[in-house]
Amino acid sequence: MTSLVLLEFDPSGIKQPSRSAVAAAQALGEVHVLVAGTRLDNAAAAAAKLPGVAKVLVADATGLDHLLAEPMAAFLVAVAPAYSHLLAATTAVGKNIMPRVAALLDLQPISDIAEVVDADTFVRPIYAGNGMATVKSSDSKKIITVRAASFDPVAAEGGSAAIEAVAVADLPGLSKFVTAELSKSERPELTAARVVISGGRGMQSGDNFKLIEPIADKLGAAVGASRAAVDAGFVPNEFQVGQTGKIVAPELYIAVGISGAIQHLAGMKDSKVIVAINKDEEAPIFQVADYGLVADLFTALPELAAELERS
Amino acid sequence: MKILVPIKRVVDYNVKVRVKSDGSGIETSGVKMSMNPFDEIAVEEAVRLKEKGVATEIVAVSLGVAQCAETIRTALAMGADRGILVETTDELQPLAVAKLLKAIADQEQPRLIILGKQAIDDDMSATGQMLAALLGWSQGTFASKLAIEGEALTVTREVDGGLETVVLQLPSIVTTDLRLNEPRYASLPNIMKARKKPIANMKPGDLGVDTTPRLTVLKVAEPPKRKAGQKVGSVAELVNKLKTEAKVI
Repeated sequence: MTSLVLLEFDPSGIKQPSRSAVAAAQALGEVHVLVAGTRLDNAAAAAAKLPGVAKVLVADATGLDHLLAEPMAAFLVAVAPAYSHLLAATTAVGKNIMPRVAALLDLQPISDIAEVVDADTFVRPIYAGNGMATVKSSDSKKIITVRAASFDPVAAEGGSAAIEAVAVADLPGLSKFVTAELSKSERPELTAARVVISGGRGMQSGDNFKLIEPIADKLGAAVGASRAAVDAGFVPNEFQVGQTGKIVAPELYIAVGISGAIQHLAGMKDSKVIVAINKDEEAPIFQVADYGLVADLFTALPELAAELERS
Repeated sequence: MKILVPIKRVVDYNVKVRVKSDGSGIETSGVKMSMNPFDEIAVEEAVRLKEKGVATEIVAVSLGVAQCAETIRTALAMGADRGILVETTDELQPLAVAKLLKAIADQEQPRLIILGKQAIDDDMSATGQMLAALLGWSQGTFASKLAIEGEALTVTREVDGGLETVVLQLPSIVTTDLRLNEPRYASLPNIMKARKKPIANMKPGDLGVDTTPRLTVLKVAEPPKRKAGQKVGSVAELVNKLKTEAKVI
Protein backbone atom coordinates (compact mmCIF):
# COMPACT_ATOMS: atom_id res chain seq x y z
CA MET A 1 0.00 0.00 0.00
CA THR A 2 1.60 3.24 -1.15
CA SER A 3 0.33 6.80 -0.83
CA LEU A 4 1.13 9.81 -2.97
CA VAL A 5 1.16 13.26 -1.37
CA LEU A 6 0.89 16.41 -3.49
CA LEU A 7 3.35 18.94 -2.06
CA GLU A 8 3.19 22.72 -2.10
CA PHE A 9 6.44 24.62 -1.90
CA ASP A 10 7.94 28.08 -2.01
CA PRO A 11 11.54 29.25 -2.30
CA SER A 12 12.13 28.42 1.37
CA GLY A 13 11.12 24.77 0.97
CA ILE A 14 8.15 22.44 1.40
CA LYS A 15 5.24 24.22 3.07
CA GLN A 16 4.29 23.15 6.55
CA PRO A 17 0.70 22.03 5.74
CA SER A 18 2.15 19.69 3.10
CA ARG A 19 4.56 18.28 5.67
CA SER A 20 1.55 17.59 7.90
CA ALA A 21 -0.09 15.75 4.99
CA VAL A 22 3.07 13.62 4.70
CA ALA A 23 2.76 12.82 8.42
CA ALA A 24 -0.83 11.66 7.87
CA ALA A 25 0.22 9.53 4.89
CA GLN A 26 2.90 7.82 6.96
CA ALA A 27 0.13 6.30 9.09
CA LEU A 28 -1.00 4.47 5.93
CA GLY A 29 2.25 2.85 4.72
CA GLU A 30 4.90 3.78 2.17
CA VAL A 31 4.91 7.42 1.09
CA HIS A 32 5.77 8.97 -2.26
CA VAL A 33 5.51 12.70 -2.81
CA LEU A 34 4.95 14.84 -5.89
CA VAL A 35 6.25 18.24 -6.91
CA ALA A 36 4.80 19.76 -10.08
CA GLY A 37 5.41 22.84 -12.19
CA THR A 38 8.67 24.10 -13.67
CA ARG A 39 12.14 24.85 -12.26
CA LEU A 40 11.67 22.16 -9.67
CA ASP A 41 15.28 21.40 -8.70
CA ASN A 42 15.13 23.10 -5.31
CA ALA A 43 11.65 21.79 -4.50
CA ALA A 44 12.63 18.23 -5.47
CA ALA A 45 15.78 18.43 -3.33
CA ALA A 46 13.76 19.74 -0.37
CA ALA A 47 11.14 17.01 -0.85
CA ALA A 48 13.83 14.31 -0.92
CA LYS A 49 15.00 15.46 2.53
CA LEU A 50 11.61 14.88 4.17
CA PRO A 51 12.04 12.00 6.63
CA GLY A 52 10.12 8.81 5.83
CA VAL A 53 9.57 9.56 2.15
CA ALA A 54 10.55 6.74 -0.23
CA LYS A 55 10.33 8.52 -3.55
CA VAL A 56 9.89 12.01 -5.01
CA LEU A 57 8.01 12.28 -8.31
CA VAL A 58 8.95 15.33 -10.33
CA ALA A 59 6.42 16.45 -12.92
CA ASP A 60 8.10 19.17 -14.94
CA ALA A 61 5.64 20.79 -17.34
CA THR A 62 4.66 24.40 -17.97
CA GLY A 63 1.02 23.24 -18.04
CA LEU A 64 1.33 22.34 -14.35
CA ASP A 65 2.67 25.75 -13.29
CA HIS A 66 0.55 27.41 -10.60
CA LEU A 67 -1.04 24.00 -9.87
CA LEU A 68 -4.27 24.85 -11.71
CA ALA A 69 -6.99 22.32 -10.98
CA GLU A 70 -7.85 21.20 -14.50
CA PRO A 71 -4.33 20.09 -15.63
CA MET A 72 -3.28 18.92 -12.14
CA ALA A 73 -6.33 16.69 -11.81
CA ALA A 74 -5.74 15.21 -15.28
CA PHE A 75 -2.13 14.50 -14.35
CA LEU A 76 -2.96 12.97 -10.95
CA VAL A 77 -5.51 10.66 -12.60
CA ALA A 78 -2.72 9.42 -14.87
CA VAL A 79 -0.41 8.51 -11.95
CA ALA A 80 -3.20 7.31 -9.61
CA PRO A 81 -3.19 3.60 -10.60
CA ALA A 82 0.05 3.02 -8.66
CA TYR A 83 -1.39 4.35 -5.39
CA SER A 84 -3.93 3.32 -2.77
CA HIS A 85 -4.29 6.84 -1.34
CA LEU A 86 -3.78 10.29 -2.86
CA LEU A 87 -3.41 13.10 -0.32
CA ALA A 88 -2.93 16.85 -0.14
CA ALA A 89 -3.22 19.38 2.67
CA THR A 90 -6.57 21.12 3.16
CA THR A 91 -5.33 24.35 1.57
CA ALA A 92 -6.74 26.45 -1.28
CA VAL A 93 -4.62 24.28 -3.62
CA GLY A 94 -5.59 20.92 -2.12
CA LYS A 95 -9.28 21.78 -1.89
CA ASN A 96 -9.30 22.98 -5.50
CA ILE A 97 -7.62 19.92 -7.01
CA MET A 98 -8.46 16.80 -4.99
CA PRO A 99 -12.28 16.68 -5.38
CA ARG A 100 -11.77 17.08 -9.13
CA VAL A 101 -9.42 14.08 -9.12
CA ALA A 102 -11.93 12.06 -7.11
CA ALA A 103 -14.82 12.74 -9.48
CA LEU A 104 -12.71 11.83 -12.53
CA LEU A 105 -12.01 8.47 -10.85
CA ASP A 106 -15.63 7.98 -9.67
CA LEU A 107 -14.57 8.24 -6.02
CA GLN A 108 -16.02 10.13 -3.06
CA PRO A 109 -13.28 12.37 -1.61
CA ILE A 110 -12.67 12.42 2.12
CA SER A 111 -12.13 16.07 3.02
CA ASP A 112 -10.14 17.53 5.86
CA ILE A 113 -9.25 14.43 7.89
CA ALA A 114 -8.14 15.01 11.47
CA GLU A 115 -7.19 11.40 12.26
CA VAL A 116 -6.30 8.19 10.43
CA VAL A 117 -8.04 5.20 12.05
CA ASP A 118 -7.07 2.63 9.41
CA ALA A 119 -6.62 2.48 5.63
CA ASP A 120 -10.37 2.95 5.03
CA THR A 121 -11.46 4.84 8.13
CA PHE A 122 -10.88 8.46 9.06
CA VAL A 123 -12.13 11.07 11.50
CA ARG A 124 -13.20 14.42 10.08
CA PRO A 125 -14.93 17.47 11.53
CA ILE A 126 -18.49 18.35 10.47
CA TYR A 127 -20.70 21.32 11.38
CA ALA A 128 -17.76 23.64 12.02
CA GLY A 129 -16.10 21.04 14.22
CA ASN A 130 -19.14 20.66 16.47
CA GLY A 131 -19.11 16.99 15.58
CA MET A 132 -16.23 14.65 14.82
CA ALA A 133 -17.45 12.04 12.33
CA THR A 134 -15.71 8.69 11.95
CA VAL A 135 -16.26 7.69 8.32
CA LYS A 136 -15.39 4.47 6.51
CA SER A 137 -14.92 4.56 2.75
CA SER A 138 -16.00 1.68 0.51
CA ASP A 139 -14.06 3.11 -2.45
CA SER A 140 -11.13 1.17 -3.95
CA LYS A 141 -8.88 4.22 -3.70
CA LYS A 142 -9.02 7.15 -1.29
CA ILE A 143 -8.72 10.80 -2.22
CA ILE A 144 -7.98 12.77 0.92
CA THR A 145 -7.29 16.29 2.13
CA VAL A 146 -5.55 16.60 5.48
CA ARG A 147 -6.32 19.10 8.23
CA ALA A 148 -2.76 20.32 8.84
CA ALA A 149 -3.49 21.53 12.38
CA SER A 150 -4.30 17.95 13.43
CA PHE A 151 -0.99 16.33 12.38
CA ASP A 152 2.47 17.34 13.56
CA PRO A 153 4.42 18.09 10.38
CA VAL A 154 7.38 15.87 9.50
CA ALA A 155 10.72 17.62 9.84
CA ALA A 156 12.11 19.51 6.85
CA GLU A 157 15.39 17.58 6.99
CA GLY A 158 16.62 14.08 7.69
CA GLY A 159 15.52 11.92 4.74
CA SER A 160 17.14 10.97 1.47
CA ALA A 161 14.48 9.84 -0.97
CA ALA A 162 15.05 8.86 -4.58
CA ILE A 163 14.05 11.49 -7.14
CA GLU A 164 12.29 10.33 -10.28
CA ALA A 165 11.09 12.40 -13.23
CA VAL A 166 7.66 11.43 -14.53
CA ALA A 167 6.33 12.02 -18.01
CA VAL A 168 3.43 14.44 -18.33
CA ALA A 169 0.96 13.74 -21.13
CA ASP A 170 -1.27 16.30 -22.83
CA LEU A 171 -3.10 18.52 -20.37
CA PRO A 172 -6.46 20.25 -20.74
CA GLY A 173 -6.12 23.98 -21.50
CA LEU A 174 -9.42 25.08 -19.99
CA SER A 175 -7.92 27.66 -17.66
CA LYS A 176 -5.10 30.15 -17.65
CA PHE A 177 -3.25 31.75 -14.77
CA VAL A 178 -3.19 35.55 -14.97
CA THR A 179 -1.83 37.03 -11.74
CA ALA A 180 -1.37 36.39 -8.07
CA GLU A 181 -1.56 39.25 -5.59
CA LEU A 182 -0.07 37.74 -2.49
CA SER A 183 0.13 39.88 0.59
CA LYS A 184 3.72 40.74 1.30
CA SER A 185 4.43 40.13 4.91
CA GLU A 186 7.48 39.50 6.99
CA ARG A 187 5.29 37.57 9.40
CA PRO A 188 4.94 33.79 9.48
CA GLU A 189 2.03 32.17 7.64
CA LEU A 190 -1.10 31.79 9.72
CA THR A 191 -1.22 28.02 9.44
CA ALA A 192 2.46 27.63 10.35
CA ALA A 193 2.89 30.26 13.07
CA ARG A 194 3.79 29.38 16.67
CA VAL A 195 1.78 32.38 17.88
CA VAL A 196 -1.32 33.89 16.28
CA ILE A 197 -2.98 37.14 17.33
CA SER A 198 -6.39 37.81 15.79
CA GLY A 199 -8.72 40.79 15.82
CA GLY A 200 -12.49 40.81 15.55
CA ARG A 201 -15.34 43.20 15.08
CA GLY A 202 -14.28 44.95 18.30
CA MET A 203 -11.26 46.35 16.45
CA GLN A 204 -13.74 48.78 14.82
CA SER A 205 -11.57 49.51 11.76
CA GLY A 206 -8.76 48.18 9.63
CA ASP A 207 -6.58 51.03 10.85
CA ASN A 208 -6.86 49.81 14.42
CA PHE A 209 -5.16 46.53 13.43
CA LYS A 210 -1.98 48.66 13.72
CA LEU A 211 -2.41 48.24 17.48
CA ILE A 212 -1.83 44.50 17.01
CA GLU A 213 1.32 44.86 14.94
CA PRO A 214 3.89 45.72 17.64
CA ILE A 215 2.66 42.74 19.67
CA ALA A 216 2.87 40.44 16.65
CA ASP A 217 6.38 41.76 15.96
CA LYS A 218 7.48 41.11 19.53
CA LEU A 219 6.03 37.58 19.63
CA GLY A 220 6.91 36.59 16.06
CA ALA A 221 3.20 36.04 15.56
CA ALA A 222 0.98 35.78 12.50
CA VAL A 223 -2.00 38.14 12.40
CA GLY A 224 -5.49 36.73 11.90
CA ALA A 225 -9.07 37.93 12.05
CA SER A 226 -12.59 36.72 12.64
CA ARG A 227 -15.08 36.49 9.78
CA ALA A 228 -16.87 39.52 11.23
CA ALA A 229 -13.71 41.60 10.81
CA VAL A 230 -13.30 40.35 7.23
CA ASP A 231 -16.97 40.95 6.42
CA ALA A 232 -16.67 44.49 7.79
CA GLY A 233 -13.76 45.06 5.39
CA PHE A 234 -11.15 45.67 8.12
CA VAL A 235 -8.69 43.13 6.65
CA PRO A 236 -8.46 40.85 3.58
CA ASN A 237 -10.02 37.39 3.55
CA GLU A 238 -6.67 35.57 3.79
CA PHE A 239 -6.58 36.71 7.44
CA GLN A 240 -9.75 34.80 8.24
CA VAL A 241 -9.57 32.12 10.93
CA GLY A 242 -12.63 29.89 11.23
CA GLN A 243 -14.92 27.36 9.61
CA THR A 244 -14.79 29.06 6.24
CA GLY A 245 -11.27 30.44 6.58
CA LYS A 246 -8.08 28.95 7.92
CA ILE A 247 -7.77 26.35 10.65
CA VAL A 248 -4.93 27.09 13.04
CA ALA A 249 -3.55 25.34 16.11
CA PRO A 250 -0.63 27.45 17.37
CA GLU A 251 0.99 27.20 20.79
CA LEU A 252 -0.51 30.56 21.69
CA TYR A 253 -3.65 32.13 20.23
CA ILE A 254 -4.63 35.64 21.30
CA ALA A 255 -8.19 36.69 20.41
CA VAL A 256 -8.76 40.43 20.62
CA GLY A 257 -12.23 41.93 20.36
CA ILE A 258 -13.60 38.59 19.15
CA SER A 259 -16.89 37.46 20.68
CA GLY A 260 -16.30 33.78 19.91
CA ALA A 261 -18.97 32.68 17.41
CA ILE A 262 -18.91 28.91 16.84
CA GLN A 263 -17.68 29.53 13.29
CA HIS A 264 -14.58 31.26 14.68
CA LEU A 265 -13.99 28.72 17.46
CA ALA A 266 -13.99 26.03 14.75
CA GLY A 267 -10.81 27.53 13.39
CA MET A 268 -8.76 27.95 16.56
CA LYS A 269 -10.03 25.84 19.45
CA ASP A 270 -7.24 23.27 19.06
CA SER A 271 -4.66 25.94 19.97
CA LYS A 272 -2.54 24.96 22.95
CA VAL A 273 -3.07 28.14 24.98
CA ILE A 274 -5.86 30.62 24.23
CA VAL A 275 -5.94 34.19 25.51
CA ALA A 276 -9.05 36.33 25.11
CA ILE A 277 -9.19 40.10 25.49
CA ASN A 278 -12.72 41.46 25.34
CA LYS A 279 -14.62 44.14 27.18
CA ASP A 280 -17.80 42.03 27.27
CA GLU A 281 -17.51 39.75 30.27
CA GLU A 282 -20.23 37.48 28.85
CA ALA A 283 -18.51 36.92 25.47
CA PRO A 284 -18.48 33.19 24.62
CA ILE A 285 -14.77 33.37 23.77
CA PHE A 286 -14.09 33.31 27.53
CA GLN A 287 -15.58 29.81 27.71
CA VAL A 288 -12.66 28.41 25.70
CA ALA A 289 -9.92 30.80 26.85
CA ASP A 290 -7.21 29.65 29.25
CA TYR A 291 -6.60 33.26 30.21
CA GLY A 292 -9.30 35.89 29.91
CA LEU A 293 -8.81 39.61 30.33
CA VAL A 294 -11.96 41.70 30.56
CA ALA A 295 -10.74 45.03 29.27
CA ASP A 296 -11.14 47.63 26.56
CA LEU A 297 -8.78 46.51 23.82
CA PHE A 298 -7.85 50.11 23.00
CA THR A 299 -6.14 50.41 26.38
CA ALA A 300 -5.12 46.76 26.76
CA LEU A 301 -3.28 46.44 23.44
CA PRO A 302 -0.87 49.38 23.97
CA GLU A 303 -0.31 48.14 27.52
CA LEU A 304 0.44 44.64 26.26
CA ALA A 305 2.87 46.00 23.67
CA ALA A 306 4.62 48.05 26.37
CA GLU A 307 4.70 45.14 28.83
CA LEU A 308 6.24 42.82 26.22
CA GLU A 309 8.73 45.51 25.30
CA ARG A 310 9.74 45.87 28.95
CA SER A 311 10.27 42.15 29.53
CA MET B 1 -26.69 32.85 -21.04
CA LYS B 2 -28.51 30.42 -18.80
CA ILE B 3 -27.14 30.03 -15.26
CA LEU B 4 -27.77 27.05 -13.02
CA VAL B 5 -27.54 27.64 -9.27
CA PRO B 6 -27.51 24.53 -7.07
CA ILE B 7 -28.59 25.31 -3.52
CA LYS B 8 -28.56 23.23 -0.33
CA ARG B 9 -30.91 23.25 2.62
CA VAL B 10 -28.84 23.11 5.80
CA VAL B 11 -29.17 23.72 9.53
CA ASP B 12 -29.27 27.50 9.95
CA TYR B 13 -25.82 28.92 10.66
CA ASN B 14 -27.02 30.50 13.92
CA VAL B 15 -28.13 27.18 15.41
CA LYS B 16 -25.86 25.67 18.03
CA VAL B 17 -25.90 22.07 16.82
CA ARG B 18 -25.81 19.09 19.15
CA VAL B 19 -24.44 15.62 18.64
CA LYS B 20 -27.16 12.97 19.17
CA SER B 21 -26.67 11.08 22.39
CA ASP B 22 -26.45 7.73 20.55
CA GLY B 23 -23.56 9.09 18.44
CA SER B 24 -25.41 8.47 15.17
CA GLY B 25 -25.20 12.03 13.92
CA ILE B 26 -26.25 15.62 14.54
CA GLU B 27 -29.67 16.45 15.98
CA THR B 28 -31.62 18.06 13.13
CA SER B 29 -35.24 17.47 14.13
CA GLY B 30 -37.05 20.64 15.14
CA VAL B 31 -34.05 22.73 14.17
CA LYS B 32 -34.31 25.83 11.98
CA MET B 33 -33.21 25.15 8.41
CA SER B 34 -32.03 27.74 5.86
CA MET B 35 -30.25 28.04 2.57
CA ASN B 36 -26.52 27.37 2.87
CA PRO B 37 -25.00 30.89 3.23
CA PHE B 38 -22.51 30.41 0.39
CA ASP B 39 -25.36 29.32 -1.89
CA GLU B 40 -27.18 32.57 -1.10
CA ILE B 41 -24.10 34.36 -2.40
CA ALA B 42 -24.32 32.17 -5.54
CA VAL B 43 -27.97 33.11 -6.12
CA GLU B 44 -27.15 36.78 -5.57
CA GLU B 45 -24.32 36.67 -8.10
CA ALA B 46 -26.55 35.04 -10.70
CA VAL B 47 -29.25 37.65 -10.13
CA ARG B 48 -26.69 40.46 -10.50
CA LEU B 49 -25.49 38.93 -13.79
CA LYS B 50 -29.10 38.91 -14.98
CA GLU B 51 -29.56 42.53 -13.93
CA LYS B 52 -26.45 43.39 -15.97
CA GLY B 53 -27.95 41.66 -18.99
CA VAL B 54 -25.31 38.90 -19.01
CA ALA B 55 -27.64 36.13 -17.83
CA THR B 56 -30.97 35.44 -19.49
CA GLU B 57 -32.39 32.80 -17.18
CA ILE B 58 -31.56 31.52 -13.69
CA VAL B 59 -32.55 28.01 -12.67
CA ALA B 60 -32.25 27.11 -8.97
CA VAL B 61 -31.82 23.40 -8.19
CA SER B 62 -32.03 21.68 -4.86
CA LEU B 63 -31.65 18.00 -4.01
CA GLY B 64 -33.15 16.37 -0.95
CA VAL B 65 -36.35 16.20 1.07
CA ALA B 66 -39.65 17.81 -0.01
CA GLN B 67 -38.95 20.87 2.19
CA CYS B 68 -36.07 21.82 -0.12
CA ALA B 69 -38.86 23.39 -2.20
CA GLU B 70 -38.93 26.15 0.47
CA THR B 71 -35.23 26.77 -0.11
CA ILE B 72 -35.88 26.97 -3.86
CA ARG B 73 -38.73 29.40 -3.13
CA THR B 74 -36.23 31.64 -1.31
CA ALA B 75 -33.99 31.66 -4.39
CA LEU B 76 -36.99 32.46 -6.59
CA ALA B 77 -37.86 35.38 -4.31
CA MET B 78 -34.28 36.66 -4.65
CA GLY B 79 -34.67 36.65 -8.44
CA ALA B 80 -34.19 33.14 -9.86
CA ASP B 81 -36.70 32.36 -12.64
CA ARG B 82 -37.64 28.77 -11.96
CA GLY B 83 -36.71 25.83 -9.80
CA ILE B 84 -35.98 22.11 -10.02
CA LEU B 85 -36.37 19.86 -6.99
CA VAL B 86 -34.82 16.41 -7.09
CA GLU B 87 -36.72 14.85 -4.26
CA THR B 88 -35.32 12.05 -2.12
CA THR B 89 -35.07 11.16 1.55
CA ASP B 90 -31.86 9.19 0.89
CA GLU B 91 -28.54 10.56 2.08
CA LEU B 92 -26.73 12.28 -0.80
CA GLN B 93 -22.95 12.60 -0.66
CA PRO B 94 -21.04 15.04 -2.91
CA LEU B 95 -20.26 12.43 -5.61
CA ALA B 96 -23.97 11.59 -5.94
CA VAL B 97 -24.90 15.29 -5.84
CA ALA B 98 -22.37 16.03 -8.59
CA LYS B 99 -23.76 13.19 -10.74
CA LEU B 100 -27.35 14.40 -10.29
CA LEU B 101 -26.36 17.97 -11.10
CA LYS B 102 -24.47 16.77 -14.19
CA ALA B 103 -27.61 15.02 -15.40
CA ILE B 104 -29.59 18.23 -14.90
CA ALA B 105 -26.87 20.30 -16.62
CA ASP B 106 -27.01 17.89 -19.58
CA GLN B 107 -30.75 18.62 -19.87
CA GLU B 108 -30.63 22.34 -19.17
CA GLN B 109 -27.40 23.21 -21.02
CA PRO B 110 -26.36 26.21 -18.86
CA ARG B 111 -23.14 28.09 -19.74
CA LEU B 112 -22.35 28.81 -16.13
CA ILE B 113 -23.06 27.05 -12.85
CA ILE B 114 -22.54 29.02 -9.63
CA LEU B 115 -22.63 27.32 -6.25
CA GLY B 116 -21.31 27.75 -2.72
CA LYS B 117 -17.69 26.84 -1.95
CA GLN B 118 -18.81 24.61 0.89
CA ALA B 119 -21.93 23.58 2.74
CA ILE B 120 -21.80 24.45 6.40
CA ASP B 121 -23.16 21.05 7.47
CA ASP B 122 -20.73 18.46 6.07
CA ASP B 123 -17.99 21.06 5.37
CA MET B 124 -16.75 18.93 2.43
CA SER B 125 -16.03 21.74 -0.06
CA ALA B 126 -16.18 19.26 -2.94
CA THR B 127 -19.36 19.40 -5.02
CA GLY B 128 -18.42 22.26 -7.38
CA GLN B 129 -15.03 20.82 -8.24
CA MET B 130 -16.57 17.36 -8.77
CA LEU B 131 -19.32 18.71 -11.01
CA ALA B 132 -16.69 20.55 -13.09
CA ALA B 133 -14.77 17.27 -13.46
CA LEU B 134 -17.84 15.27 -14.55
CA LEU B 135 -18.82 17.92 -17.10
CA GLY B 136 -15.23 18.41 -18.28
CA TRP B 137 -15.60 22.14 -17.60
CA SER B 138 -13.20 24.72 -16.20
CA GLN B 139 -13.54 25.70 -12.55
CA GLY B 140 -13.08 28.93 -10.60
CA THR B 141 -13.30 28.04 -6.94
CA PHE B 142 -13.47 30.37 -3.90
CA ALA B 143 -14.37 33.31 -6.14
CA SER B 144 -14.37 36.88 -4.84
CA LYS B 145 -14.91 38.53 -8.26
CA LEU B 146 -16.26 37.53 -11.67
CA ALA B 147 -16.13 39.19 -15.06
CA ILE B 148 -17.50 37.73 -18.29
CA GLU B 149 -16.31 38.84 -21.70
CA GLY B 150 -17.37 36.74 -24.67
CA GLU B 151 -16.27 33.16 -24.07
CA ALA B 152 -13.82 34.13 -21.33
CA LEU B 153 -14.66 34.22 -17.66
CA THR B 154 -12.18 36.01 -15.41
CA VAL B 155 -12.33 34.83 -11.81
CA THR B 156 -10.46 36.31 -8.86
CA ARG B 157 -9.95 33.54 -6.31
CA GLU B 158 -9.32 33.71 -2.56
CA VAL B 159 -6.17 31.64 -2.03
CA ASP B 160 -4.10 31.07 1.12
CA GLY B 161 -1.67 33.95 0.64
CA GLY B 162 -3.99 36.45 -1.02
CA LEU B 163 -5.73 36.57 -4.40
CA GLU B 164 -5.21 34.69 -7.65
CA THR B 165 -6.77 35.63 -10.98
CA VAL B 166 -7.49 33.01 -13.63
CA VAL B 167 -9.18 33.16 -17.02
CA LEU B 168 -11.51 30.28 -17.74
CA GLN B 169 -12.97 29.08 -20.97
CA LEU B 170 -16.79 28.87 -20.74
CA PRO B 171 -18.77 26.83 -19.85
CA SER B 172 -17.55 26.97 -16.26
CA ILE B 173 -18.24 26.20 -12.65
CA VAL B 174 -17.78 28.97 -10.10
CA THR B 175 -17.83 28.40 -6.35
CA THR B 176 -18.44 31.43 -4.18
CA ASP B 177 -16.38 32.85 -1.36
CA LEU B 178 -17.83 35.26 1.14
CA ARG B 179 -16.56 38.51 -0.34
CA LEU B 180 -18.11 37.93 -3.78
CA ASN B 181 -21.19 39.93 -2.79
CA GLU B 182 -23.67 40.59 -0.02
CA PRO B 183 -26.91 38.70 -0.70
CA ARG B 184 -30.11 40.77 -0.79
CA TYR B 185 -33.16 40.20 1.34
CA ALA B 186 -36.17 39.26 -0.75
CA SER B 187 -38.81 42.01 -0.75
CA LEU B 188 -42.41 41.17 0.08
CA PRO B 189 -43.65 41.75 -3.49
CA ASN B 190 -40.89 39.46 -4.76
CA ILE B 191 -41.80 36.80 -2.21
CA MET B 192 -45.39 36.98 -3.49
CA LYS B 193 -44.23 36.80 -7.10
CA ALA B 194 -42.01 33.81 -6.30
CA ARG B 195 -45.09 31.80 -5.33
CA LYS B 196 -46.18 31.79 -8.94
CA LYS B 197 -42.82 30.75 -10.37
CA PRO B 198 -42.65 27.07 -11.44
CA ILE B 199 -40.74 24.33 -9.59
CA ALA B 200 -40.31 21.05 -11.50
CA ASN B 201 -40.22 17.93 -9.38
CA MET B 202 -38.21 14.80 -10.17
CA LYS B 203 -36.58 11.82 -8.50
CA PRO B 204 -32.94 10.65 -8.66
CA GLY B 205 -34.18 7.58 -10.58
CA ASP B 206 -35.59 9.84 -13.31
CA LEU B 207 -32.04 11.05 -13.90
CA GLY B 208 -30.60 7.53 -13.97
CA VAL B 209 -28.14 8.20 -11.17
CA ASP B 210 -27.02 5.68 -8.55
CA THR B 211 -26.79 7.66 -5.31
CA THR B 212 -25.46 4.91 -3.03
CA PRO B 213 -23.20 6.58 -0.41
CA ARG B 214 -19.52 5.63 -0.54
CA LEU B 215 -18.81 6.82 2.99
CA THR B 216 -20.46 5.20 5.97
CA VAL B 217 -20.62 7.28 9.12
CA LEU B 218 -19.61 4.89 11.91
CA LYS B 219 -20.17 7.45 14.64
CA VAL B 220 -20.28 11.15 15.39
CA ALA B 221 -18.67 12.26 18.63
CA GLU B 222 -18.55 15.55 20.50
CA PRO B 223 -15.25 17.30 19.95
CA PRO B 224 -12.97 17.37 22.99
CA LYS B 225 -14.23 20.16 25.23
CA ARG B 226 -11.97 22.96 26.35
CA LYS B 227 -12.53 23.98 29.88
CA ALA B 228 -12.77 27.66 30.62
CA GLY B 229 -9.64 28.92 32.28
CA GLN B 230 -9.06 31.82 34.57
CA LYS B 231 -9.70 35.53 34.39
CA VAL B 232 -6.70 37.75 34.91
CA GLY B 233 -6.97 41.22 36.38
CA SER B 234 -4.40 43.13 34.35
CA VAL B 235 -2.13 43.04 31.34
CA ALA B 236 0.88 42.63 33.62
CA GLU B 237 -0.67 39.59 35.27
CA LEU B 238 -1.48 38.14 31.84
CA VAL B 239 2.09 38.49 30.59
CA ASN B 240 3.41 37.05 33.84
CA LYS B 241 1.15 33.98 33.61
CA LEU B 242 2.00 33.40 29.96
CA LYS B 243 5.66 33.41 30.94
CA THR B 244 5.75 31.49 34.16
CA GLU B 245 2.63 29.31 34.09
CA ALA B 246 1.83 28.57 30.43
CA LYS B 247 5.46 29.09 29.36
CA VAL B 248 4.48 30.08 25.83
CA ILE B 249 6.28 33.44 25.59
